[in-house]
Amino acid sequence: MDYSKILSDRVQEIKPSGIRKYFDIANSMEDVIALGVGEPDFKTPWIVRAAAIDTLEKGKTSYTSNSGLELLRKAIAHYLSSKFGVEYDPEKEVVVTVGGSEGIDICIRALLNPGDEVLIVEPCYVAYAPIIELTGGKVVPIPTKAENHFRLTPEELRAHITDKTKLLILPYPNNPTGGVMRREHLEAIAEVLRDTDIMVLSDEIYAELTYNGRHVSFAAIPGMKERTILVNGFSKAFSMTGWRLGYACGPAPVIAQMTKIHQFAIMCAPTTSQHAAVEALRRCEENIQSMVQEYDRRRRYIVDGFNKLGLDCFEPEGAFYIFPSIQSTGMTSDEFCEKLLYSKRVAVVPGTAFGASGEGFVRVSYSYSIKHIQEALRRIGEFLQELRG
Amino acid sequence: MNKDKVLQLLEENARYSYEEMGVMLGIPADEVEKIVAQLEKEGIIRGYKVIVDRDKLKENVVSAIIELKVTPKRDLGFDEIAEKITQYPEVEDLYLMSGGYDLALLISCETFKDIAMFVAQRLATLDSVLSTATHFVLCRYKEKGLDVHFSQTDERRNVWY
Ligand SMILES: Cc1ncc(COP(=O)(O)O)c(C=O)c1O
Repeated sequence: MDYSKILSDRVQEIKPSGIRKYFDIANSMEDVIALGVGEPDFKTPWIVRAAAIDTLEKGKTSYTSNSGLELLRKAIAHYLSSKFGVEYDPEKEVVVTVGGSEGIDICIRALLNPGDEVLIVEPCYVAYAPIIELTGGKVVPIPTKAENHFRLTPEELRAHITDKTKLLILPYPNNPTGGVMRREHLEAIAEVLRDTDIMVLSDEIYAELTYNGRHVSFAAIPGMKERTILVNGFSKAFSMTGWRLGYACGPAPVIAQMTKIHQFAIMCAPTTSQHAAVEALRRCEENIQSMVQEYDRRRRYIVDGFNKLGLDCFEPEGAFYIFPSIQSTGMTSDEFCEKLLYSKRVAVVPGTAFGASGEGFVRVSYSYSIKHIQEALRRIGEFLQELRG
Repeated sequence: MNKDKVLQLLEENARYSYEEMGVMLGIPADEVEKIVAQLEKEGIIRGYKVIVDRDKLKENVVSAIIELKVTPKRDLGFDEIAEKITQYPEVEDLYLMSGGYDLALLISCETFKDIAMFVAQRLATLDSVLSTATHFVLCRYKEKGLDVHFSQTDERRNVWY
């Protein structure tokens, strides 16, 4: 059978992720120092694991309501209110999802009609564009610049809006750049959107991992809540990637439609994870703070290390990535990553995996121990020395 | 407090340079140096040592935890005997305990016999010692907060987004 004639055209048109190649090479090599992963190296706090075990022992293993345990939705609303000053009704404005990933998916699917344009700020996380394309929407990338710390500027935004623009995806703190938008930057964006009907998917999955100040939610900017779908989750903040749990909050009519998709595609988010998440929200503030402190140290250390090696790096203030420029080597991102991997067995990700505007940069994760980072810096130093002869 | 942060880093790895600590904490290296000097002067930092995985070395080593019951001395309490025991180089740790016995010490020697001799000749003969109980260490799993037995592997191989 010719499966390419059978399979959906839209699905087949989706490009495979640019990360895959390095990932396969790196995983086939011995003694690789990887700086590639996008997940925390900390284990889920023990009290959260213990809470999950407890509910398993008690046999709490059935489905929950479609939108998630009421207790959890209340805890989420309380958390968002006390941390970021945004108020959501746990009854109608919160849906518990399978990771932030599902929140992104159902938000895009609930909003788009074929032909609608979605602005995505590049470089960015790899999942937005394929989902937009599957839904029949049109991806409109907005390239951002290193000199602006990869923030979206109001001018850049304005230049890409058309009368077909339905949605802006605002992904800060940013994967892969580590860039953040402070209140004044968000206010400038809000100013552009204020008199439009453009919706905003604010992917704030890295909100807790913000350094040099606190994260500001886009929904907290006056007038923006009515157009914002806030997506967040437990993966990064609580080191809970494998639990597959996140949530989306927004205006009741949008959440109702998102919940409809969720109800048919997913039924409900994993029950054990939901119980564990209640505990995470209630009792893990100290764990978060000590993880953030540790990331912050690594961040300072690795930024300093790359700058000393001559690979210029602006100070990233969020997530656990740095995005140094490799332009001084004269190589493309792809060449740099491939050579570095083959000659020194250090794995980083080419910036182009996150959009064309990532050319000239690489993403380096510092979700690794200082010892691991030290060894990586040593090897990259050798690599550069050999290059420069 | 920078003092606490420097201490926290040193407890994690006492070999960080002033410069490295400065970078991690966002303070100048000479400031870190001053803090460390002050901590040493105040006797808060008592010393720097290495954690060795003795099982990996070819040489023999046997360790034991020994419990002692002793009669405290009038006025001096347990300090007099503790001070004596502290002097023996074989003794790695010594604590005054609550509960069923008084002093606990961790000792390491080359052979079982050395430990037996130490107990018989050095400890049991001290005039305030009433009784001893020796427990040999069979396997070291964790020392000074470090896992010295199981090597944790990084299982994060599957997703690089
Ligand atoms: C920017 C961003 N958003 C969303 C996600 C999805 O995370 P999860 O589905 O584990 O919540 C990720 C994961 O890497 C991410 O980097």
